[in-house]
Amino acid sequence: MEKQFFHHALKIVEDACIGCSLCMRVCPTEALRIKGGKAHLIEDRCVDCGECYRKCPVHAIIIEQDDINRIFEYKHRIALVPAVIHGQFEKDVSMNEISTILKSMGFTWIYEVEHGAGVLKPAIEKLISDPTIPKPLISTYCPAVVRLIQVKFPSLTNNFAYVKAPLEMSAYYCRRVLRDLGYHNAEIGVFYVTPCAAKIAAVKAPVGDESSQITGVINMDLLFNRISKTLRNKAEYLSAEQSAVTLSPASMLWSLTNGEAVNIKGNTMAIDGMNNVIDFLEKLENDEITNVDFLELRACDEGCAGGVLLSSNRFLVAERLRNKAKNIISANPRSKGDSTPPIEAYFEYLMGKVKIMDEIKPRSMYSFSDNMEEAMKMMQKSRRLMCFLPGTDCGMCGTPGCQTLAEDIARHRAHISDCVFIRQNMEENGKLHPDTSKKIMKKIWGKENFEKNCFKKGAENESN
Amino acid sequence: MSFEYKVEGGDFTRAGYASSQVKKMLKQLGVESNIIKRVVVCLYEAEVNIVAHAYRGVIYITLSSESINMRLVDEGPGIPNIPLAMQKGYSTASREVREMGFGAGMGLPNIKDNADQFNLTSEVGKGTVLEITINLARQAA
Repeated sequence: MEKQFFHHALKIVEDACIGCSLCMRVCPTEALRIKGGKAHLIEDRCVDCGECYRKCPVHAIIIEQDDINRIFEYKHRIALVPAVIHGQFEKDVSMNEISTILKSMGFTWIYEVEHGAGVLKPAIEKLISDPTIPKPLISTYCPAVVRLIQVKFPSLTNNFAYVKAPLEMSAYYCRRVLRDLGYHNAEIGVFYVTPCAAKIAAVKAPVGDESSQITGVINMDLLFNRISKTLRNKAEYLSAEQSAVTLSPASMLWSLTNGEAVNIKGNTMAIDGMNNVIDFLEKLENDEITNVDFLELRACDEGCAGGVLLSSNRFLVAERLRNKAKNIISANPRSKGDSTPPIEAYFEYLMGKVKIMDEIKPRSMYSFSDNMEEAMKMMQKSRRLMCFLPGTDCGMCGTPGCQTLAEDIARHRAHISDCVFIRQNMEENGKLHPDTSKKIMKKIWGKENFEKNCFKKGAENESN
Repeated sequence: MSFEYKVEGGDFTRAGYASSQVKKMLKQLGVESNIIKRVVVCLYEAEVNIVAHAYRGVIYITLSSESINMRLVDEGPGIPNIPLAMQKGYSTASREVREMGFGAGMGLPNIKDNADQFNLTSEVGKGTVLEITINLARQAA
């Protein structure tokens, strides 16, 4: 049995939400509504891109993470850290320093996620050369994009490159190394330091893949705060010796825009930013795009450097990473005295694991009904309603625009009198009592918005 | 339901609007994605044909839960030799149009391949009427 909804890492904290509707207006999949003065999520439409999280002025949208103490349930506690961590600080913070801090938090092995990217290039190129797979092959690297395609561009699910993310590959490697030393899988906890919400959702409920190799997730901002504090307090110690960088330049840049595409043979393209990706997929679906073998699509502008959980400016993060990659003279996968076999030694094993086994199915959010007759009736109704709605997309009905309201009414999720223009007309014609009209307004926007409040943002005695 | 979309000859910047609108409606109806793809390919090709060859035109869409009918009526030079125009690879598109990635001479044959009913009539010096019908109901397995 299919799970009905995606797992979501984004949650709305009702008590904190002020119902300002900024999130509703930026959501690229029209997944948010305002009811009772609070934002509500339509779960099967949300793709966890995090645009709402960026926009919320009161931090009422949060990203769930695992309790850090959960790591102590395991004998071996692995932290998988993405390369974008290097771009988070003005100072060049080495992997040794990051490792020291993570070890002080209780982790036993710190490993960089992008080491796992090495096996992906041959795996993707193999798929490109397979004539039975439609082109362009679409990267499954960004989980928000995978979900976006499932809900909004279902016909393009056939174009997915069925290869796992570098994260999963690194997790397979770490577990395998420890198993070869005689430890059991149950003794190994693999925790991922995530730059975004979509990656969390993908780990908790992988689309298409049976189970993730990742035990839990730690949000990047938590780690950022720990490192920042240590940098302040122990400036001297941290500025000491620099360790050898172990990632190859290509792996170091893998998570940035064009990180995948430049490494893949053939005609490749890289597109970033949710709206750019949607525009491009629209064209692709119309068969307007030809002669592209591989498409790298990232929900965030500047790729993972723009991840919603990163604290530093995305352009600075990307620039720092590129500078760091430039200065890598040769990839040195092992530091002195390290007897752990490098990931390259497990190439064959990982190539056997790289394929996503389950089908990534379409989950269209558009369809009015499974029954086409019924869907036709609902569409007719929504189109007829558009004759009366003003087309101003003011959002006062608690939906992002007139068309969404019309569709919601057709789906029996809203009422025509939710529209403030319609109410005005009804009041004029004596069909609606002004009291009832105000009641409707309060039902959508809550009572508080009708009361004086000098503590609100921008008001006389602003206080949070 | 019926819809009308006006198409301006020579305005490639807006080509594809009608197909995007129709695509959204078909998704709302829950039409199978391979059928949606056939409709969109036909409509997009036909729309670009008007932009590339005619002075102006109108797309008339009639949509029911059984089928979609698309009538593209244009004012333009017309097609003197329809059997020739239906040959794969035949094109009268100018070099400019080809450079924009259109005009490979696959348009009309491709539309016919994807349509359930296809009817093309033309009068030289007046214009062309292209009528395409595609059945929307799920194919019995």
